[in-house]
Amino acid sequence: MIVYDKPHALLDVPLHYCPGCTHGIVHKLVAEVIDELGIEGKTIGIAPVGCSVMAYDYFACDMIEAAHGRAPAVATGVKRADPTKVVFTYQGDGDLASIGMAETVHAAARNENITVIFINNAIYGMTGGQMAPTSLVGQVTQTSPYGRDPKLCGYPIKVCELLSELEGPEYLERVTVNSIPHIRAAKKAIKKAFQNQLDGKGFSLIEVVSSCPTNWGMTPQNALKWIEEKMLPYYPLGVYKDRSAAEVKE
Amino acid sequence: MADKVLMKGNEAIAEAAIKAGCRHYFGYPITPQTEVAAYMAKRMPKIGGTFLQAESEIAAINMVYGVASAGLRVMTSSSSPGISFKGEGISYLAGADLPALVVNVQRGGPGLGGIQPSQSDYFQATRGGGHGDYHMIVLAPSSVQEMAELTVKGFELADKYRMTSMILADGTMGQMMEPVALDFDVAPAPEKPWATTGTNLTRKHNIVNSLSLVPEQLERLNMERFERYALVKENETMYEEYMMDDAEIAIAAFGIAARVSKNAVKEARKMGIKVGLIRPITLWPFPDAPFKKAATHVKEIISVELSMGQMIEDVRLASECKVPVTLCNRVGGMIPSPEQVLEAVKKANNGGKQE
Amino acid sequence: MAKLTFRTDNCKGCGLCVDVCPKKVLELAQDKINKRGHHPVEAARPDDCIGCGSCAIMCPDFIIKVER
Repeated sequence: MIVYDKPHALLDVPLHYCPGCTHGIVHKLVAEVIDELGIEGKTIGIAPVGCSVMAYDYFACDMIEAAHGRAPAVATGVKRADPTKVVFTYQGDGDLASIGMAETVHAAARNENITVIFINNAIYGMTGGQMAPTSLVGQVTQTSPYGRDPKLCGYPIKVCELLSELEGPEYLERVTVNSIPHIRAAKKAIKKAFQNQLDGKGFSLIEVVSSCPTNWGMTPQNALKWIEEKMLPYYPLGVYKDRSAAEVKE
Repeated sequence: MADKVLMKGNEAIAEAAIKAGCRHYFGYPITPQTEVAAYMAKRMPKIGGTFLQAESEIAAINMVYGVASAGLRVMTSSSSPGISFKGEGISYLAGADLPALVVNVQRGGPGLGGIQPSQSDYFQATRGGGHGDYHMIVLAPSSVQEMAELTVKGFELADKYRMTSMILADGTMGQMMEPVALDFDVAPAPEKPWATTGTNLTRKHNIVNSLSLVPEQLERLNMERFERYALVKENETMYEEYMMDDAEIAIAAFGIAARVSKNAVKEARKMGIKVGLIRPITLWPFPDAPFKKAATHVKEIISVELSMGQMIEDVRLASECKVPVTLCNRVGGMIPSPEQVLEAVKKANNGGKQE
Repeated sequence: MAKLTFRTDNCKGCGLCVDVCPKKVLELAQDKINKRGHHPVEAARPDDCIGCGSCAIMCPDFIIKVER
């Protein structure tokens, strides 16, 4: 019996990510969900600008590379072109919460029937470790060399909390992938986010608190600990909106 | 004779787009093109299409990118400041070789400028507008009928050459009403095997992408794109010549400026001045041939523009600077009058001296 | 009896699988270097493997296949 093997929805090619980068773990979870739901043939993924820009080379489904921050707008076009297709975006924190914030908020407000996978690793990875909209207060990056000073550049943005105030979105959950139990929970959330789309429920966003060992300047192991000790207190895990569940309760 | 209906230029574009099979429109309100969006908002829901008012011009052009990736005919429209916003997306459309139609109903600039007609986005349109080496097919209508016909043509050319077509109109063309016949033939969209419509597990995945990190590959992609552009130049250049056969003076003008100029030509001819008009219909590719020919028999070319002189550079290049090329213009939302153009013609006829 | 197979050439030697293994089956092979220039993971104590799959779930580069 096979306990684990590469999911079909991921191509058998080496990923370009740094050693221990959790992007690969999230790629796997998305691909496993695509496999389990049997939707690879009708799924179109949208890659962002940032570390995961080349995700289009990894997923076996049709893929589109979007301009920086515009993936939810591109996804809107693809979904409106054929609502029977499954459309997901895969975006980092700079892409989704900085340059693409307007596209994110409005796709959520429209309850666009798409799935958004949001990687929050509190840094710009591809460009070499600059401050992100989600970098923690005090976090040292290339562009906050003395630590993020809220007087100078404000506070990190909590995307799930922010979007949860909107009437629009169907489902918002924050997960992480720094341990086996957390990875299992993350997969469950991602599966729900795709299932919601299949059920026509609308906009689902899964924020995955992730690591960037290279730009955090840590070993992969310490980076996972840093998630637990520093990231999760500011970015608490949990479901921030589940409209269908709330409606059932009422 | 087909039935004609009285329509605004902006509405003619919208209805022609629907006739061309476009079922997806994304836009953001801006004067003086808002009638396109308003018309689409009314019509699209009735015919199973999508009208979506995007959160910004940037979002709108990226929604266009999404539908184009899925292989369907799609459009957006805006006016000058909004087209600057769309510049990023237009560059990505070019980089990913996606067909789409973008309408620019120009207004005065730069910056927020004004809301009256202008042709001052000529450089932006004909040189690409965004970053990188690329072109759009730029179509310049000078009647409401042409607003409609060139919209259909724009979709067909976009599909044929996998590039963006732009309708470069202006506030006058957008707002004016004329009778228009809408019973044209539309070529069906070609097969798009590159489109991201889902693999159905029967083929390798398609990728729509403008990233290419290996310089040799990126160079090759650029070269191939320009080979396609060369075909466009060869096959699709369009222009109109009016009374050019015996002309001693030529006027170069497009869009609303060409209409004004045609009146000036008629008046000048009554006075016995041999003047003609060359009206580029495609601004890119620019019709070099009629200007090159004109330079062999005219003593001056007058470029009539609603800008500080943009097309004049292409006129000089096309006529290889063999004859003087002068500018007759108004800007900021003003339109040259036939009298102003006539004065310029008379001056040219008088060897460059005011009478 | 559990069986582990590795796409050794794709291993980046991050060691996340080593840490997550409840039975300490895995080690980075300090005496080997793969095509990518990393010390790849190997099953140092394969007989101890219980086939829980944790290593494969953790591996960001999906190099581990687990059978039981």
